[in-house]
Amino acid sequence: MKGNEAVAEAAIRSGCRLYFAYPITPQSELIEYMAKKMPTVNGTFLQAESEVAAINMVYGAAGAGKRVMTSSSSPGISLKMEGISYIAGAELPSVIVNVQRGGPGLGDIQPGQSDYFQATKGGGHGDYHLIVLAPSSVQEFADMASEAFDLADKYRNPVMILADGMLGQMMEPVEFKPARTDAEIEELGKQHHDWCICPNKDGAEKHHHEINSLEIDPSVLEAHVIKLYEKYAVIEKNETRYESYNIQDDNEILVVAWGTASRIVKSAINEMKAEGKSIGLVRPITCWPFPYEAVQAAIGKNVKKVYVFELNTGQMLDDVKIAVNGKVPVDFWGKVGGIVFTPAEVQDKLEACFTGRK
Amino acid sequence: MLHGEEIMEIIATRPETLTQTPFTYCPGCLHGVAHRLIAESVQELGLINKMTGVAPVGCSVFAYKFFNFDMAQAAHGRAPAVATGIKRARPDMHVFTYQGDGDLAAIGTAEIIHAANRGEHLSVFFVNNAIYGMTGGQMAPTSLPGMKTTTSPYGRNVDDIGYPIRVSELLATLIAPYYIERVSLLSPADIIKAKKAVLKALTYNKEGRGFTFVELISTCPTNWGIDPLKSREWAKENMIPFFKPGCFRDKGEGVE
Repeated sequence: MKGNEAVAEAAIRSGCRLYFAYPITPQSELIEYMAKKMPTVNGTFLQAESEVAAINMVYGAAGAGKRVMTSSSSPGISLKMEGISYIAGAELPSVIVNVQRGGPGLGDIQPGQSDYFQATKGGGHGDYHLIVLAPSSVQEFADMASEAFDLADKYRNPVMILADGMLGQMMEPVEFKPARTDAEIEELGKQHHDWCICPNKDGAEKHHHEINSLEIDPSVLEAHVIKLYEKYAVIEKNETRYESYNIQDDNEILVVAWGTASRIVKSAINEMKAEGKSIGLVRPITCWPFPYEAVQAAIGKNVKKVYVFELNTGQMLDDVKIAVNGKVPVDFWGKVGGIVFTPAEVQDKLEACFTGRK
Repeated sequence: MLHGEEIMEIIATRPETLTQTPFTYCPGCLHGVAHRLIAESVQELGLINKMTGVAPVGCSVFAYKFFNFDMAQAAHGRAPAVATGIKRARPDMHVFTYQGDGDLAAIGTAEIIHAANRGEHLSVFFVNNAIYGMTGGQMAPTSLPGMKTTTSPYGRNVDDIGYPIRVSELLATLIAPYYIERVSLLSPADIIKAKKAVLKALTYNKEGRGFTFVELISTCPTNWGIDPLKSREWAKENMIPFFKPGCFRDKGEGVE
């Protein structure tokens, strides 16, 4: 199954019954899958007039306490950023999938990782954070759909799944979790009834819930932003996820790579392991919160250099440098323009660390 | 003390559909009247427990504090998209948006046209006073030809910036909308007519008929720099000839 289809199926199984989006390559299979499948589960599929409208439909549906998702690719995600800021400000649970392509501007339609800054450092205006999950296989892409909804519900925060055109288009076997029943989905929604636009049937107690990100009184807004940052601190403490791969005491090089780039790095590490060269990998699974401590801890006694590989010009690199904090040198190599590096190219870069050649 | 309780009949009270929060509008502003017409209609239709409103950006940005039922505040121009999300998530609830001319007819043009074109089951209340109020009197897409505003200090030059947009007529070119009417708030008689239109839109909404739209011609004494009563006269003389009141669509009454 293609990654784009797998994440859509997994989202529906986890209880998503509302999906709003606008077509864009390379995520088209996702919107098409939703168009086909949502009506069969009494769900809502709506092709919006723009990404701007789609994310605001998400704002409305999330305000009604329902599991709702949108998806797009890089230029479309830029358009959604206004709405994402409002969703974060109003603390609405929702899931946004970004099947990244090369940028800036219209860029191209090949895989890229150049939206890392946008996803993890803001993107929209104001002080806020998305929880950012970065898959590296079709299976993980699918598993992250339900994980994203659970995190969104738990923290009343938007969650982005930061994939790329490679993961969206690639076909791999996938195992799905059992689908939630309508009754289970109904039950899930109840956790939001104390704040959302919600069941207020005749005879029930009348209420006045406000879905809102406006606080005109500076002291009230200050308190709201501080509250958000307290929430983000809890997320940093509890939800930081990463994979350690071949982390050993004898590691001479530590690589940090995420998503598609990390798969390619793993191939290179395996090749070199056979030659007796020990290289460890930390793969951030959450790009925000970033696993600073894990990167720091993985720098063993023998690590002479930390190497960052990304499909961009060095965006996660900044976070790695913060984690390494000058302890050892940090090197970077990446490919841009939608070009994906090969294991041989990565291996060549890593070999140079051992031979001392440039 | 007067023994009025025994002989006097209460003929008007604050509707339960309005909160106790005082309106933040300028003296002489007609937003309060528009709010009241909606609130009374929601109450009369028994929808207080099933209604959700969506507030815009502009002078009525705080509408979410004034209506006493669930409310969402939307980004500038996006209220029809937000309302679409709410209605699709909760088809059993009734949803309206309340938007000004900058919000609906400039930045939110795409959202209103496509919500109307989908026949989205919403009511839209469009308050047109030909100016941006909250930001201090800038030119709106509905500002009249030659009208002086802070961003058209020499008067709206139609050769440069085009003519005002007649939104009701524009939406009436679409097939899906169920009800489109333009009314005004400029006199007590006009307000009675406006109430009928608002009530009709919300009745159709309650009945699940489809997309309903009421444009309310209003004033802005503060930014027009004209006192409240004279500003109503100014609107009658200048806005009404351009924005003619009337029913452009009423599928319930056979007006197509």
